[in-house]
Amino acid sequence: MKFTLSWLKDHLDTQAPLDLIVSTLSSIGLEVEDVRNPAAKLKGFVIARVLKAEPHPNADKLRVCQIDAGSGTLQVVCGAPNARTGLIGVFAPEGTYIPGTNFTLGKATIRGVASNGMLCSERELELSQEHDGIIDLPADMEKHLGKSYTEVMGLDDPVIEIKVTPNRPDALAIRGVARDLAACGLGSLKKEDTGHAKPGDFDCPVAIDLKFPKGAENACPAFAGCYVKGVTNGSSPAWLQQRLKAIGLRPISALVDITNYITFDRGRPLHVFDADKLKGAVHARLGKAGERFMALDGKEYAVDDTMTVIADDNGVLGLGGIIGGEATGCSENTTNVLIESAYFDPIRTAATGRKTGIRSDARYRFERGIDPASLPLGIGLATKMILDLCGGTPSKMRMAGEAPFAGHVIKFRPSRVAALTGLDVPAADCVRILKSLGFGIEGSGETLQAAVPSWRPDVGGEADLVEEVIRITGIDKVPDTALPRLSGVSRPVMTEAQKRVRRTRRVLASRGLVEAITWSFITKPQAVQFGGGGEDLEVANPISSEMSDMRPSLLPGLLAALQRNLDRGYGDHGLFEVGQAYRGVKPEDQFALASGVRVGLARASGSGRHWDGKSSAAGTFDAKADVGGVVAAFGLDVNKIQLTRDAPAWFHPGRSGVVRLGPKVLIAQFGELHPDALKSLGINSPVSAFEVFLDAIPAQKKRPTRAKPALDATDLQSVRRDFAFVLDRDAAAADVVKAAEGVDRKLIAAVSVFDLFEGGSLGEGKKSLAIEVTLQPKDKALTAEEIDALAVKLVAQVKKATGGEVRG
Amino acid sequence: MSTELVALEHTLVAEITTAADLKALEEVRISALGKKGRVPELMAQLGKLPPEEKKAFGQAVNGLRDRVTTSLETRKTALSAGALLEKLKAERVDVTLPVRAGGGHDGRIHPVSQVWDEVIEIFADMGFSIAEGPDIETDDLNFTKLNIPEEHPARQEHDTFYMRSQPGSTDAPLVLRTHTSPVQIRTMLAQKPPIRIIAPGRVYRLDSDATHTPMFHQIEGLVIDKATHLGHLKWTLTEFAKAFFEVDDVKMRFRASHFPFTEPSMEVDIGAEAIGKPGKWLEILGSGMVHPNVIRNCGLDPDVYQGFAFGMGIDRIAMLKYGIPDLRAMFAGDLRWLWHYGFSALDMPSLAGGLSS
Repeated sequence: MKFTLSWLKDHLDTQAPLDLIVSTLSSIGLEVEDVRNPAAKLKGFVIARVLKAEPHPNADKLRVCQIDAGSGTLQVVCGAPNARTGLIGVFAPEGTYIPGTNFTLGKATIRGVASNGMLCSERELELSQEHDGIIDLPADMEKHLGKSYTEVMGLDDPVIEIKVTPNRPDALAIRGVARDLAACGLGSLKKEDTGHAKPGDFDCPVAIDLKFPKGAENACPAFAGCYVKGVTNGSSPAWLQQRLKAIGLRPISALVDITNYITFDRGRPLHVFDADKLKGAVHARLGKAGERFMALDGKEYAVDDTMTVIADDNGVLGLGGIIGGEATGCSENTTNVLIESAYFDPIRTAATGRKTGIRSDARYRFERGIDPASLPLGIGLATKMILDLCGGTPSKMRMAGEAPFAGHVIKFRPSRVAALTGLDVPAADCVRILKSLGFGIEGSGETLQAAVPSWRPDVGGEADLVEEVIRITGIDKVPDTALPRLSGVSRPVMTEAQKRVRRTRRVLASRGLVEAITWSFITKPQAVQFGGGGEDLEVANPISSEMSDMRPSLLPGLLAALQRNLDRGYGDHGLFEVGQAYRGVKPEDQFALASGVRVGLARASGSGRHWDGKSSAAGTFDAKADVGGVVAAFGLDVNKIQLTRDAPAWFHPGRSGVVRLGPKVLIAQFGELHPDALKSLGINSPVSAFEVFLDAIPAQKKRPTRAKPALDATDLQSVRRDFAFVLDRDAAAADVVKAAEGVDRKLIAAVSVFDLFEGGSLGEGKKSLAIEVTLQPKDKALTAEEIDALAVKLVAQVKKATGGEVRG
Repeated sequence: MSTELVALEHTLVAEITTAADLKALEEVRISALGKKGRVPELMAQLGKLPPEEKKAFGQAVNGLRDRVTTSLETRKTALSAGALLEKLKAERVDVTLPVRAGGGHDGRIHPVSQVWDEVIEIFADMGFSIAEGPDIETDDLNFTKLNIPEEHPARQEHDTFYMRSQPGSTDAPLVLRTHTSPVQIRTMLAQKPPIRIIAPGRVYRLDSDATHTPMFHQIEGLVIDKATHLGHLKWTLTEFAKAFFEVDDVKMRFRASHFPFTEPSMEVDIGAEAIGKPGKWLEILGSGMVHPNVIRNCGLDPDVYQGFAFGMGIDRIAMLKYGIPDLRAMFAGDLRWLWHYGFSALDMPSLAGGLSS
C-alpha cells in the first residue's frame, strides 16, 4: 500500500516530520517498506516553452527548437515527434542528471547543430514508461516558465509504502492510516468528507437486484447504485493524475480514476458502468457454468457457480469485488453512468480471485473485508467527484439488500492490559486510544463496553482491544520482566532421542565426515529405489519433480551432494546427515536416521593420499566402523552385536551387513552401495554407506547413582597366545572369535583378529585367519600345562564351530 | 716403586687413551689385565721377591691395576657415548614431513546444527524443555487450531505444500507443516500448564528464490501459565539475543504486527551492531501473546491461562551470526561451503565456555 505525504495530510492535520511518521508507522504495525521522494533525483528540471521548432538541416526526424526556460533563449535539438512551436514541456539544462537514462547531460552537437540541453519524456524522468513524445503540459503552465518542474507539479512529495497485515483492511485506506497516526498523537484526524449529500431529484432508472439461492445470500448482501446523467468523461485533472501516478497507478479517464482514487483514499472500491450499455436490471448473482465475459484487463474469463458475478439481461458484466467487464466500461463517449458500491463476501472473493488469478486493488480489499457500512459513503464520494470533474446530474441512491455489519460490542477490562502486557496503562488512556481509533466506549468501572467500528473486522475479543492499546501506546514502553527461574541451577532438558541426535552428529564429525542437510523430499524414482515411493508420501503440489516424494532414506540426498562434489573435483570425501525420513504420513511413521557416505580415500584416520601408510579406498569396513562409532556412543559394540547379510537392494549383496537386536529390531545397515543404485544417481565411483536407525537403539538403563562399579584388576600377568586357522572363504570370522571366547569365559579376557590372508598357497576358496587370545588368570598364575590344555580345547572348539584347521 | 712399574703404567695409560674404539680398548684391557696380561705377569713375579719386599711390591702392583682399571672404564664410557651418538645420528628422520590431523580435523558440524545446539543451550538455562512434532501435519494442527480458519487470507500467505489425498478420504489433506507452531498445540493438548518449551525443526513453504528455500528451520518458543506477559517475552528475547550473538548489549526493536495465533503480536528486530553492521535493523522473529482462541482450542480457559509464543528462523539467525550470505547454500551439501562455514566436532557450545570458540 502506497501513499504520498501530502495525500496523508488530506486526512491528518500534522506538523510531524517525515522520520517520525515513518518510525511510528513501523512501530504500530504498519511496517514501512520504502520511503522515496521522486523529486530527489529530479533536481534541475524546469518548465520551458518552445518558442520555435524548425526542421533540422541535416536530419529528417530531428527538430531544432528555440526554447524559453525563463532565462533567455536556448537552442535545443529534439527528436520527439510532438516537439512543436508553442509546446510547454520540461527542460533539462546541460549538467542535469537524467535518471531514466542514467547519464548527465553535457554540451552536445547533434548532426552539426549545437544543443544546450534536452526536452524530456516522462520515462527520462522515471515518472512513467511514456516515451512516445516529450512531456506536453497544459497551456496554463506558461506562468511557471523557468520554475522547478517538481515543485510546480507537486512532485516534491515523499511516497511511503507500507506493508499491511491481512487483519487490517482499514489500513488499506489512506484515511485509515491517518486515523492510526492521530491515535498515536501525531496530529489530528481531519473531519471526514462524505461527498455529495443532497439526494438527487429523480429515482435511479436502473433497477438493482440481488439474486442468490438460499444459503448464498452472504455472497453479496448489499448493492447500492446511483445514476448520474449527462457526464463528460475525459482526462482527469493533473492533481489527480499526479497522485495516482505517484502510487504507481496509470491514469485512464476521469471516471475510472475517480474509482481508483476512492479505493486508496477510503479503502472503498467502486465500479462505474456506462449506463447506456446496460440492459435490464443490474444484479449480483452466482455465476453459471459456461458463462464467460471479457474483463477490463483485456482477457476473457470463464465463471462458475462458486463466483459472484454482476450481470444484466445480456449476461455477466464482471466479477463482483474483483474486476469489471469491458462491454459496459466507460469510454470517452460515456454520458450516463451507474455507480456501483457493494459489499462482497471476503471468503468467496478470495476463492474467486485465486481461481481466476486476477490481482486487483478491489480484490485485495474485498478479500480482507471492506467497511460494510461504507456503501452510501462510496456513492456520496463518487458522485461528488463525478459532478466536480465530469459534470452531470445525480439520481437518488438505490440500494438492494442490507450491509452485514452487526455492530458488535465487546467487554473490555482495562486491567487486562497490565495482565497481558505487564504495562499498566491507565484506564483513561485506554479509553482515549480506543476512542481515537473509532471505538465507542460505554460504561465505567472495571468492565467497559467497546463498540467495534465497522471498519475493524479483525477485532473480535478483549485481547484485540489490549493489542490496540499496546500497539498505539508503544510496545517499547513495556518494561522487560525477567522470567522466573524454575530451579537454582538449570536442569537437563533434552530427551533421550534429542541427546542421541546431538551425540551422533559429533561422533560422525569426529570420524572425518562432513555434515550436510539435504531436502526432505526427493524424486519419485529415488524414493522407489531406496525403499519408499508410496502414494501417501507424494507431495500433491511439489515445487518440482526433483522434490516430489517424502524421503524414505537420507542416502539419495547425500549421494546427489556427493556427486556434485565429485564433479567439482573432490574425489575423497565423506558426508553425513542426521535427520528424519518417513515410512508413512502418521507422526509415528517419521523416524530419525543417521546416514553417511564415503567415496575415494576418505577414511576416519584421514582423507586422501598420504606418505605414511598405504592409501586405500574407504569401503565396507569404514562404513561398519562408522556404525560402530555411533552405536558405541549408546553402549552397543558393533563387533558383538548380531549381524546378518540381508541388507536392502541398494547395497552390494556381498559387501554389506545388517546390525540387529533380535529378528525385529533393525539397528543399522552398512556396506558398499550397489553399482546399479549408484548408476541411477549418475555415480560411477564405488561408495560405501551406512544408515543407523537411531530410534531403534534401546535406551540405556537408568542408573540409581552415577557411581561406577569397582575396578576388577589383578596383579597376575595376562598371557597371550596366537592361533592361525585355515578356513573356507565363506566362514565367518565372528564365529571363530565366538567359538574361541566360549572356551573359557572366565579365563579368556579378549580375542582379537590380527591377520587375514586369502588365496596364495592356501588354494582357491580358503583363507587364513589369525587370532590373539588373551588369558587373564584371577587367582593364581597359569601353568604351562593349563595353557596347553586350553589351547587344545580352543583349537577343537573352533574346528567344531567353523571347520577351521589350525595352521602349522 | 720400581721404574719398571712406572714405565708399564705410562705405556698402558697411553694405549688406553689412544684406543680408537671399544674393540681396540678391549684389546688393551686383555693385554693389560687379561689372564696373561702384563699386570698379572708382574703379579707372578711376587713369589720370587724377598719377603720384606713382597708387601710393598704387591701394593704397588695393586695400585697400578686399580688405576689402569679406572682409566679403562673412563675411556670406555667416553667411547660408548660417542658410539651411541653416532648410531642415533644415523637414525635421524625428516621431521618436516606433514602428519595427518586425523578425521576430527576433516569432519564438520553443519552451521544449522551448531546454532541449534547454541539455541538449546541458551533456552535450557532459562528452563525451557525441548518439544518436537512431525513434519507431516494435519490441517487442523497446522492451521485451524492456531486460529487460522479455512479461507483465512493468512493461509494463502503460507504457501503450503499438501500431501496427496488418499482415495476415498474426506479429511482435509495433510500438509507439510508451514511453521513449528503446531508443536504449541501438541504440547498444550498433551500437558498441563505451566509450560515452557522450545521446538526446533524443519518447516516447508512452497517458495523458492534467492532468499527462500522450500525447506528451512524454525524454532518455536511457548510459555503458558497464569502470569506470563509481554514484558516477560521482551526480556526473554532480549536475553536470548545477547547470549546468542555473544554481546554485552543488543538493541532491540519491537514492532506491532499480526499473526493469527498471537494477540497482541509483534515482530522483533535487532540492531545490526550485534553483527558488526551498525545503523541497520534486522528482523529476527515474530512473537506475541498466545491468542485466546488458541488457548481455548487446546481446552484451556484463556481467562485463567496466558503466555507468549515466538518463532524464528534458525537458518536466518545462523546466517546473521556467522556472516553466511546465501540461504540456498545451506542445503546444497557443497564441501567447500561446509568446510568453510561448518564447525569442528569438538566445538560444543556451552554457556560456561562460550557458545562459539
